Formats: sequence, structure tokens, C-alpha cells
Amino acid sequence: MADTVVGANPDPHAAGEDPNRRDFIHIAATVAAVGAVGGLAWPFIDQMNPAGDTLALASVEFDLTKVETGQQVTIKWRGKPLFIRRRTGKEIAEAIKGDTADLRDKQTDESRHKPGKAEWLILVGTCTHLGCVPTFGGGDYGGWFCPCHGSVYDTSGRIRKGPAPKNLEVPEYTFLSDTKVKVG
Amino acid sequence: MSGHSNYEPKTGFERWLDVRLPIVRLAYDSVVDFPTPKNLNYWWTFGGILAFCLGIQIVTGVILAMHYVPHVDYAFASVERIMRDVNYGWLVRYMHANGASMFFVAVYVHIFRGLYYGSYKAPREVLWILGCVIYLLMMATAFMGYVLPWGQMSFHGAVVITNLFGALPVVGPSITTWLWGGFAVDDPTLNRFFSLHYLLPFMIAGVVILHIWALHVPGNNNPTGVNVKSKADTVPFHPYYTVKDGFAIAVFMLMFASFVFFNPNALGDAVNYVPANPLVTPAHIVPEWYFLPFYAILRAVPNKLAGVLGMFGAIAMLFVLPWLDTSKVRSMRYRPTAKLYFFIFVATCLVLGFCGGRLPDDHVIPKLTTFTLLDADLNSMVWLSRIAATYYFAYFLLILPILGLTETPLPQPESISEPVLSHSANAPAGAAASPEKRG
Repeated sequence: MADTVVGANPDPHAAGEDPNRRDFIHIAATVAAVGAVGGLAWPFIDQMNPAGDTLALASVEFDLTKVETGQQVTIKWRGKPLFIRRRTGKEIAEAIKGDTADLRDKQTDESRHKPGKAEWLILVGTCTHLGCVPTFGGGDYGGWFCPCHGSVYDTSGRIRKGPAPKNLEVPEYTFLSDTKVKVG
Repeated sequence: MSGHSNYEPKTGFERWLDVRLPIVRLAYDSVVDFPTPKNLNYWWTFGGILAFCLGIQIVTGVILAMHYVPHVDYAFASVERIMRDVNYGWLVRYMHANGASMFFVAVYVHIFRGLYYGSYKAPREVLWILGCVIYLLMMATAFMGYVLPWGQMSFHGAVVITNLFGALPVVGPSITTWLWGGFAVDDPTLNRFFSLHYLLPFMIAGVVILHIWALHVPGNNNPTGVNVKSKADTVPFHPYYTVKDGFAIAVFMLMFASFVFFNPNALGDAVNYVPANPLVTPAHIVPEWYFLPFYAILRAVPNKLAGVLGMFGAIAMLFVLPWLDTSKVRSMRYRPTAKLYFFIFVATCLVLGFCGGRLPDDHVIPKLTTFTLLDADLNSMVWLSRIAATYYFAYFLLILPILGLTETPLPQPESISEPVLSHSANAPAGAAASPEKRG
């Protein structure tokens, strides 16, 4: 760029300097224009990110007495399904047995529930492959099966087979009492 | 566009306009006087058919937008209102929904025609790439349009497709959140999809203009693939190809109408008449038929990122094709070996489409039990998809590059006219010389 401008510059005082004063004006104007366009582009891009009211999503509280052993309740949380599963002794035993298996996303069953609350498994119910909702009771591991692309999760919600890369996500939650949890 | 113009303004108004805005001259040079190879067969009518399809989609789409409500609580009901209460709403919606399928039927024929006759080769690379851009825009438009009725397939299709971007390392999750405008597919997603679904067809129209411009610089390819050598090889676009295209469009409309009036839901999925429920994914989730081959490639790969890359890579192959095919011979009429591989390629695309529509664990041959190879039954759609996907990529990355160097093509004719005129019996002197000129 400097060459063409120097060549085109009829001002004998400016010629020979590199960059000369006219180059400086061109560079400064270009930088200002690019900066302005970039600065203006960001609001147009960022407007598509979650809006304030979407971000201010309330957490949900859930009464656990509604769930019998071996049952699962699905509620909506942040637009996604949330599985609240009360596991049977057999399911818990199978999950612990799975700790030593060759896992794609290594996690012990212990780390996926609250201490002393092995009965309660709370998971975000979206497949970590492409976000479908897995159904309970399918697949070879007694846990969840995703109908979209055939991912299989065990009774701890860990990925065992199929294209999904990760275990079903455990959301942030706390036990408010023995019968009440707060998610989020 | 091609420089020389034979347009002569006839009236005073045309002369006045011509020196101010030569729009009549542009139209005359592009669609009346444009010299076109005289041997174009019916596979060449699909360009005109596609322009017709785009027109139908824009007209019906603008009408539907007058009655549709882009809100998660009202979208489904507003579509049902269009079907039941809006005057002729059923007709306009069925035309739009089936029109999308017709558009893809035509574009696939158009693409395969280009593949067979080597229409992507020099000097038509830019023309071809613009066509690929149109195809990509069509896919984006069709996908977003399918989300708008907010049925079960709409919703979960949107979930799956937007999650594809989540497979990208590092930036993936931020991109999906950005696309959704939230933490899941929800009202903001539906709103922006509606906005973009309305925008993209006009972008397609813009690229179509560039596509036609790029066509009119080198002129049409033709079934022999041999360059136009003289004026004897061409006829004016009007009336020869306006009439031929018009006839083809009329036949195409028969098929279109038979779907709209007699089987309007044959190409759709019944599950999309169930309102969207974010808590339950349908047992068998499939995209519309025109995406099935790519869906099969996605599912064939057991790794999330690799599957997504495979799917986009399948489309990327088309973009780089002009530099993968090493053969100097355009038309496969004169490439018997390549022709064989081409027809296997067409069959492969159909097989992939078949696999994409079935469950991954479905048996290919019913009741036949084989053994498990690696992670799946050998007699399953997964393995058939893998074999077909391998051929799909091999066709572009191995067969076309190598074949161009090793094969022996058949002799090509000297010119477009030569194979016809060399038989003197076929060239009666002066017969049908210029039927376009009256008197």
C-alpha cells in the first residue's frame, strides 16, 4: 500500500519518507473505519445472545415425596427437561458395578449424587450428542436410551455406547430438606 | 452481459429508455437473443424449473407470513388456522410445503446433471460454486422453515441441528447458546428462524442472479461437453429454449399438483402434526427426505465431532470438485469408466437416503442374523451407511482424481454440429433454418 501511495504522491516534500504524511492519513482512516464497523457489528451479533429476562431464569424447587422408588419425574428447567429419578437398590448396585468398567467419560456413581443420597439421581435430560431427550428403560445398561442416534446411558446416566461424548449432565442442586430439592 | 448486443430499440420509448436504463437490452440479450448450444436435452430444463420453484416459494411464503404467528404458544395453532379458516390457506400452505420438496427434487436433478456432463469444469468453476452456495442457502432456508409450524419434528429437528454446532471444540457451546438466544430451543429461536426464513429466499434470488451472470459469460455447457465453435452450434434462447423450458415446467407442474391436491402429506412426517413438547423426543426422529443422505453420514460415524465434520464435508466436496476431477473431458458420454462410477455414486446417494430414514439398528436384510463388527451389527443400517459414505467420499477424493489420469476416453466430436451434420441425410438444406423469424 505504501508503495502505490508514494508513487502516486505528487508532493515533493512528502516523497521519500516512508510512511509519509499521506500514508498516515490513509492508515488512520482505515483503522478508524474498521474499528467503527467492528464496534457497530458487535451489538448486532450480541443481540442474538440470551436476553436479560432469559438469563434471569428462576431456579426450581421440587417436592420429592411425589416420586416412588423406581419412578422418574421429568420437569422443565431452563427450557430443558430435568430427570428426577428415585433409583431402586438394583439400579444403584449396577451403577456402582459400572464404576470399574471401561468408561468413555470417567466418573464414579458416588460423584454423581449427593453424599448419602444414592437413591436420588438428578440429571439434565438432554443427550450429550445432539440434545434429544433419552427414554428410560432402553439400551443394554438398564438406564437411558436416546432414540435419535442410539446413545445408551447406564443407571448412573453415564455414556456407555453410541455417539454421545459425555455423561448426562448433573445440574447444580441442593437438598433443602429430606423431601425437597432446589435445582439451579 | 457477454459484450456484443443485437438489441435494436423499436419504439421511441424503448430508444428513450435504452440510453437511460438499458434494462430491455439486458433482458433481450439474456433471454431472447442469447446464443445457446442447439443440442441441450431435457436435463437442461431444470434451471428454468428451479427459477419457477423459487418464485412459487416466495409468493406462497409471503402470503403465509400474513397469517402465521411466530410465537411458541401460537405458532402451531396459527398454522392450523391457516389450514382450516384462512380462505384457500390449505392450498397456499400445501403448495409451500410440497414446493420445498419439489425445489429439492429439481435441484438434485440439476446437480447430478452438472456432475454427469462436467459442467463444473473450467471455465465454469465460479458458476458451479455459486450453485453450491445456492444449495447451502436452500438447505438453511428449508431447515428453518420446517421449524416454524412448531410440531414435534420441528422442535426436535431444531434441537439436533443446532446442537451440531456444539460439536466444535471450545467455541461450540457459546455458538449454540448464541443461535438459541437462551439455554434451549425456545421462543427467541423460533422468532429469529422466522426472520431468517423470510430473508434467505431473497438472498437466494440474489445469488441466482450471479449464477445466471456467471452462466452467460462462458455460455451453457452441453451434452457433448465440447465448446461452442461457431454460430452453427447455437440457436437463440428464444423461442427454442423458452418453449422447451416452458414445456418442462408444465410437466413438472403436473407432478407438483398431483402432490398438492392428491397426496399433500406424503412427503412430510405425521409426527409434525403433534404440537412441540420439549420434554419428549419422538421415538423415531428423521429430517425431511432431502436431508436424509447427510443425516445417514452423520449417524454412520461413532464420534460426535467427526460425524458433524463428515456431514459438512460431504457438502464441501461439491465446492472443491472442480479441482478434484483431473479429466480434461467434460461429458461422461465419452468417459465410459467414469460413467460407471457415476451411476454407482447416484445409487450410493439413494442408499444413504434410505439408511437415513431408518433406525440405525434396523436390519438391512430382514431376519438375517450376522455378527457384530466393532460396535454394530454387520447387517444394520449403521454398516450400510458406513460403506455408502466411504464410497461417497472415495468418489470425490480418489476415483475422480485418479480416473482422469488413467482412463482412456472415447473420441469426442469435433464440434456440437459435427455428429449430426456428418450424416448428410440428416442435414436437408435450408430446412427449419430460422423458425423464430416470421415471414
